[in-house]
Amino acid sequence: MVRELNMIDALREALTEEMRRDPRVIILGEDVGIQGGIYRVTQGLLAEFGQERVRDTPISEEGFMGAALGAAITGLRPVVEIMYADFVANCMNQIVNFAAKMRYSSGGQLRVPIVVRSMVGHGRGHGGDHSQVPMTWFMNVPGLKIVVPATPYDAKGLLKTAIRDDSPSLFFEPHILYRTKGEVPEEEFTLPFGKADVKRKGNDVTIVAISAMVPRALESHDKLREEGISAEVIDPLTLRPLDVDTIVGSVKKTNRLVTVEYSPKTGGIGAEISALVIERAFDYLDAPIVRVAAPDVPIPVSPPLEKMTVPSVESIVEAVKSIVA
Amino acid sequence: MALTLDNIQIYRKMLELRRFEEGIADLYHKGYVPSSAHLYIGQEAVAVGVCSNLRQSDYVLTTHRGHAHNLAKGVSMRRLAAEILGKVTGPCKGKGGSMRATSVSDGVLYSCSIVGANIPIAAGVGLSIKIRKTDQVVACFFGEGASNIGDFHEGLNLAALWRVPAIYVCENNLYALSVSQSRSTLIEDIASRAEAYGIPGVVVDGNDVLAVHQTAEKAINDARVGLGPTLIECKTYRWLGHHAGDPGLDYRTKEEVDTWKERCPIKSFRKLLVSRGAQENELQLVEADVEAKVRDAMTFALESPFPEQAELLRDIY
Repeated sequence: MVRELNMIDALREALTEEMRRDPRVIILGEDVGIQGGIYRVTQGLLAEFGQERVRDTPISEEGFMGAALGAAITGLRPVVEIMYADFVANCMNQIVNFAAKMRYSSGGQLRVPIVVRSMVGHGRGHGGDHSQVPMTWFMNVPGLKIVVPATPYDAKGLLKTAIRDDSPSLFFEPHILYRTKGEVPEEEFTLPFGKADVKRKGNDVTIVAISAMVPRALESHDKLREEGISAEVIDPLTLRPLDVDTIVGSVKKTNRLVTVEYSPKTGGIGAEISALVIERAFDYLDAPIVRVAAPDVPIPVSPPLEKMTVPSVESIVEAVKSIVA
Repeated sequence: MALTLDNIQIYRKMLELRRFEEGIADLYHKGYVPSSAHLYIGQEAVAVGVCSNLRQSDYVLTTHRGHAHNLAKGVSMRRLAAEILGKVTGPCKGKGGSMRATSVSDGVLYSCSIVGANIPIAAGVGLSIKIRKTDQVVACFFGEGASNIGDFHEGLNLAALWRVPAIYVCENNLYALSVSQSRSTLIEDIASRAEAYGIPGVVVDGNDVLAVHQTAEKAINDARVGLGPTLIECKTYRWLGHHAGDPGLDYRTKEEVDTWKERCPIKSFRKLLVSRGAQENELQLVEADVEAKVRDAMTFALESPFPEQAELLRDIY
């Protein structure tokens, strides 16, 4: 019987193991110390590792993100918590203009091994500037890695990899899945970047789902099966690097593609994946690609309206049925 | 003379910075510099006064106007010139250029081309020094224009709060792009902002290399023994425009520029050296030597190859 953890506990376990393994790993962020993080991901770390390594910061995202870069280019491996992913906008300069580019612009002299952990998504009525799913903001910034786990197992294995990686990673944690339990083995493991996980095998359609949309895609898979439709569900796990081969290979088999994300549709992840599939497997497609995504609206507070901004299981099932004859 | 350093060495260094920038300006106007070039002429006493206190293992973070800090920290003139020209023989293989010149082995961690960004980065470098328990110091240079951006305030607050071994050197050259200090802020001294963060703020004549040296020496010693950062404001002047292509006379008068040229930090230090017994022929020897060295660096840069195509996709991850 494999042990079950929720994502919060799995993330904390990854942080703890990596901090024990490597004294260069430090944590910076708002409420990460005494409070243990607003969702308790860093709870207990201050007690074990001390305030030199687990540091509460002022509300000063550009400041402590810059400080993390400074620490990273001189030998430390900071893990920075940005409480809500929306707030990465407050330190966009340090992430996009510096973290992503220092290695390249220095001709390889510098390494920027930072991990930016941040919570994404809806479900709390927090409104348009506290609920966004902003991975797409970084999709066209070479130099960054983008990590989007959806299960406790994936979250733990990928966070450990991110901490050991010499490049800056943005690590997006879906708030709505924080307390969902899943199997996480007790023994040490890591998961590679750029290797998608085929969550379900199928033959009729490929569903590529991102972050909190993965469990919804899995539920859709079960509903579709009842109607005799066999869906393959792929979670890319990392958007940069993106495992194009697995996605394209699947589409060559199923001949149909549905992408599911909860960021706005325009300029989204589905757009990028669709273009890659068209470039590499156009002749294999038997139907138009369908992108299921959030509508192009800021996220409203009112619960029924907020709910409408997130793709439902029904909308995924419908999307699949619209292209599977 | 209170100065305990090799005086001729200080003179040589300032002259190197001046002649180097003149050389780059010449290449810029001939079309060899692929980027803009933000020249340091007139401010030499600051970079030399501060960096003459630093050890090889200490760090420097500079700005878009950073050629001088690279040289003052010990980066080879040849390699820096090559970098500015986008040549593969530069320390960044030509990928960083003038505004991002970096030479980690010399302690120049990065030139931050976006105003103010190096200020919080320096706080983190300082934090890293503390955590790694080395006795290094980081010197962070920026202009008075940077003191109006959030990074300045966030970075200084963190550096002060964490008591990091950093010195923050504001080179107040009176103009941020074309906008004078009096059109940017109501305060007289940028150093007064230090008080808001609970650290010492010192104003010094940025055209007096000895004064800068002594002020920086104290701040660096304080930082090294754990007393935290100091904000040093060096009052100086940018002789040229914001960049090599800006004549710099639309927004200031020729008289103003000339007045500052009268206060040339290099000329006045030379005068001081002569008055304290330096031999004219000794100084002339230095001057000829610097000119030859700069000529050699520019030739090296011009003759160096550009990076090959394979370099485009290297060093991203």
